[in-house]
Amino acid sequence: MTTTKNIVTIKGTKDGLVFIMDETCSLEELFIQLKDKIEHSHQQILSGPLIPITIKLGHRYLTSEEEKELREIIKLKSNLVVKSIDSLVITKEQALLDKLMSTVRVETRTIRSGQELRHMGDLLLLGDINPGGCIYSTGSIFVLGALRGMAHAGCEGNEEAIIAASLLRPTQLRIAHVISRPPDEWIDGSNDMEFAYLENGQMSIDKLNQIHKLRANYWSKIDYT
Amino acid sequence: MGEAIVVTSGKGGVGKTTTSANIGTALALQGKKVCLVDGDIGLRNLDVMMGLENRIIYDLVDVVEGECRLQQALIKDKRFEHLFLLPAKQTKDKSAINTEQMESLIKELKQDFDYVIIDCPAGIEQGFKNAVAGADKAIVITIPEPTAVRDADRVIGLLEKEKTGSPKLIINRIRYGMMKQGDMLEVDDVIQQLGIEILGIVPDDEKVIKASKDGEPIAMNHESKAGLAYRNIARRILGDHVPLLSLEEKEGGFFKRVKKLFGIR
Repeated sequence: MTTTKNIVTIKGTKDGLVFIMDETCSLEELFIQLKDKIEHSHQQILSGPLIPITIKLGHRYLTSEEEKELREIIKLKSNLVVKSIDSLVITKEQALLDKLMSTVRVETRTIRSGQELRHMGDLLLLGDINPGGCIYSTGSIFVLGALRGMAHAGCEGNEEAIIAASLLRPTQLRIAHVISRPPDEWIDGSNDMEFAYLENGQMSIDKLNQIHKLRANYWSKIDYT
Repeated sequence: MGEAIVVTSGKGGVGKTTTSANIGTALALQGKKVCLVDGDIGLRNLDVMMGLENRIIYDLVDVVEGECRLQQALIKDKRFEHLFLLPAKQTKDKSAINTEQMESLIKELKQDFDYVIIDCPAGIEQGFKNAVAGADKAIVITIPEPTAVRDADRVIGLLEKEKTGSPKLIINRIRYGMMKQGDMLEVDDVIQQLGIEILGIVPDDEKVIKASKDGEPIAMNHESKAGLAYRNIARRILGDHVPLLSLEEKEGGFFKRVKKLFGIR
């Protein structure tokens, strides 16, 4: 009897409910049983105040369409809030992106006028960026050399990203959506290694030895295991 | 088999043609067989600078199109036995030839000459591509002005992708007085920013203007500091280790003059 097979197991933890989904059955079967459990069989557990839900999919990959459908089913009970959907499977694209985001890419070249360098994740440039040259990264940018051109860190919106350089003399700096023109907005003749960061949506500059105070958790967030 | 060197800058008016003419002349002074090629089709100047305009019969485009033999288009210099000029056509423009044609032309010239100096037009379009196509090495000219340095940087970036590799740098038209006062970019700052090997520095010299009017390259003038600078550049091209004489000498000269001033007081 297929109906007796437990496709969706519901467990209670102190952080709310965990829905453990069978990974071997068809998605159709899974949705039918989930709907059934939510609408009929488990009324006493699934009613009352707001309950956070964690869904564990095991080795099953859901497309964004399928994930949307799953969320629709959970939504049938208005007091259930999906906290996270965990799957042990990710796409190759996501894996590559995660890898890029968690490692620092090293480039050795001079970015001259009219040239540009783009990267996903953190970027370490061993060389100069000359005026008229551009460097873009979704993560942070570190330059062991002179930054005289334009650098855009967190170019997909990461406001935590920083731009550090041995010699910080940029024509323009951008972090996330903030653009600043150093010669007009701040002039600093310092020869120390400095970095730019966002503080309350404003571009700020400080010596690199202050970074542990300002971005203490930025790199520790990345899981290097 | 000789060597083809392209002289380029990106920006116009920084002294590409003057430098080409003078490097060619200085190499000829050293006894080398040199051919100057004017790559600036439509805006030819090199012939005027060399005082050879009135001898032009055929030109570079005629050779490429098969109108004449290469030997017929080459103009022998009036001063040197082994210095020749291949003039550009004035009535066509840069699109008159392509990179393959230029490459084979330069290859042919390299058979007969020790050095082929190609004068590149301003800009980074077809004319630049043609001029660079046949070259083995490149020299980038700049002057101590931000716009010229920016354009030089752009051109260096483009040359690094070509077979010429990283070019060598000449900083032209340096005014020591202004540099000392901080009104002009420092030579060291320019070298540091561009990050390529320096081939020479040439002081600003009014005699250069007179030389171009007379069609006598300044490298032949032994009283001119710019002339000495060009002769030093030619020696460096030949592999001699000549220190950046002009800079050190000028600095010495400057201090001497200051000392003299104090001495008088």
